Amino acid sequence: MAKKSHVQTTINGESVEFLCEPRQSLLEVLRDELHLTGAKEGCNNGNCGACSVILDGRLVNSCLVLGVEIEGKSVETIEGLADPEKLHPIQDAFLENAALQCGICTPGIIMSAKALLDNNPKPTEYEVRYWLAGNLCRCTGYDKIVRAVLDAAEAT
Amino acid sequence: MQAFEYIDAKTVSEAVALLGEKGDKAGLLSGGTDLIVQAREGKKNLDWIIDIKSIPEVNELTFDSNSGLTLGAAVPCYQIYANDSICESFPGLVDATVIIGGTAIQGRAGIGGNLCNASPAADGIPPLIVLKATCVIAGPNGERELPVEEFCTAPGQTALEKGEMLISLKIPVPEKNSSSFYLRFIPRNEMDIAVVGAGASVVLDDSKQRIVSARIALAAVAPTPLFAEEASALLTDKEINDDIIEEAAQAAQSIARPISDMRGTAEQRTHLVGVLTRRALNGAIERVRDAA
Ligand SMILES: Cc1cc2nc3c(=O)[nH]c(=O)nc-3n(C[C@H](O)[C@H](O)[C@H](O)COP(=O)(O)OP(=O)(O)OC[C@H]3O[C@@H](n4cnc5c(N)ncnc54)[C@H](O)[C@@H]3O)c2cc1C
Ligand code: FES
Ligand code: FES
Repeated sequence: MAKKSHVQTTINGESVEFLCEPRQSLLEVLRDELHLTGAKEGCNNGNCGACSVILDGRLVNSCLVLGVEIEGKSVETIEGLADPEKLHPIQDAFLENAALQCGICTPGIIMSAKALLDNNPKPTEYEVRYWLAGNLCRCTGYDKIVRAVLDAAEAT
Repeated sequence: MQAFEYIDAKTVSEAVALLGEKGDKAGLLSGGTDLIVQAREGKKNLDWIIDIKSIPEVNELTFDSNSGLTLGAAVPCYQIYANDSICESFPGLVDATVIIGGTAIQGRAGIGGNLCNASPAADGIPPLIVLKATCVIAGPNGERELPVEEFCTAPGQTALEKGEMLISLKIPVPEKNSSSFYLRFIPRNEMDIAVVGAGASVVLDDSKQRIVSARIALAAVAPTPLFAEEASALLTDKEINDDIIEEAAQAAQSIARPISDMRGTAEQRTHLVGVLTRRALNGAIERVRDAA
């Protein structure tokens, strides 16, 4: 086993330190070391988007980032989205539109939607569908998700 | 995933020295969208992963109206399609970067990694070939340059020698009345690997009715992406009409050596080479004509 590395980073605005092996992905670090289990493991190879987080302002698949790579960087995960008092407008729109069923894809899709709206506050339906193409959902049939993202854009 | 050591290389000479020392047991990490998948699946057995993203040269993205574009090997797709000079001058490269994976893949994956992974189906390589890109390579004996069409030698194999790495791609300033186009066939709308891909670049005369010169390149129809040299040469100094485009498309079909696999049969792929070559050429011609 390779020596553990010490990593200093920012997660959801808070400074965080952890030890990890170089072979651990950011997804494994979030879930197993930091107990932030919002990001999900679906495929573990970049295809499903269940592990999506925002790294230095860009959407990434955390299963395809090494934990050691986030030294000095800033990560946003689903856990950082809501205030203690109230949900984020995207989360509200997902509830309003019943845009989730089993919920496995939801943290990834919401982070993907957040990255979209941060980048393009008033996307067209086409832009929403194209942006979310890397996030698979086996339950909803996508339409409610797309409506929810458009509603969230409207609301903000 | 297998255990390995991680090194965040800060300079080209550090990375090159490490590569020379560790040999096949070391892998360079750029966006990681191929490398991490391959390490996890045990397709690559690595003791060392050398991250190159802290090296300034591989992050360079500059366009100069004399020397052209310098695209660092680790520049991710999203920076490429967000760059106004690239969108204006090299639209064929943008066509590829917007279809490599989805948004999250494009946040990390770069054209340098796409090239070094040397997949026959890589979407980034045909546009580089039609745009006459040159690979800038650093190694134990210093720097050398290689035309991009000579870079891939077999599936997953490149012309890089032991201890060498790709630093950047250089693309010359586009000629007057020129443009480029890339497209692929996939059974879905997005997030899939090319059944066939085709790229084209054209230079037209001032009337925009004649082709001065053209280049065509293909993906997923041979062990490496192909420069369709004869098909390209057929178009030199030709009046634009359906017959000449068809002739070039047929010449491109004649060099395709596709296999049959789960994505498509050899016969379908050969047919697609014709269709996509026509569309790529017409797409590039339309772009020249649409430009003011
Ligand atoms: C879900 C998913 C979808 C994808 N969709 C597509 C697609 O539609 N089209 C497509 O073409 N590809 C696709 N890919 C493959 C991949 O994303 C691309 O090939 C990508 O461009 C690789 O770039 P990277 O920066 O991530 O490379 P990395 O994974 O970092 O590197 C790729 C290879 O090149 C080597 N390498 C990297 N940099 C250098 C260098 N400077 N010098 C020498 N060697 C180097 C690495 O060691 C590794 O072997 C997809 C991958 C995933 C996971
Ligand atoms: S778990 Fe990362 S993309 Fe599927
Ligand atoms: S709600 Fe079940 S996968 Fe999307």
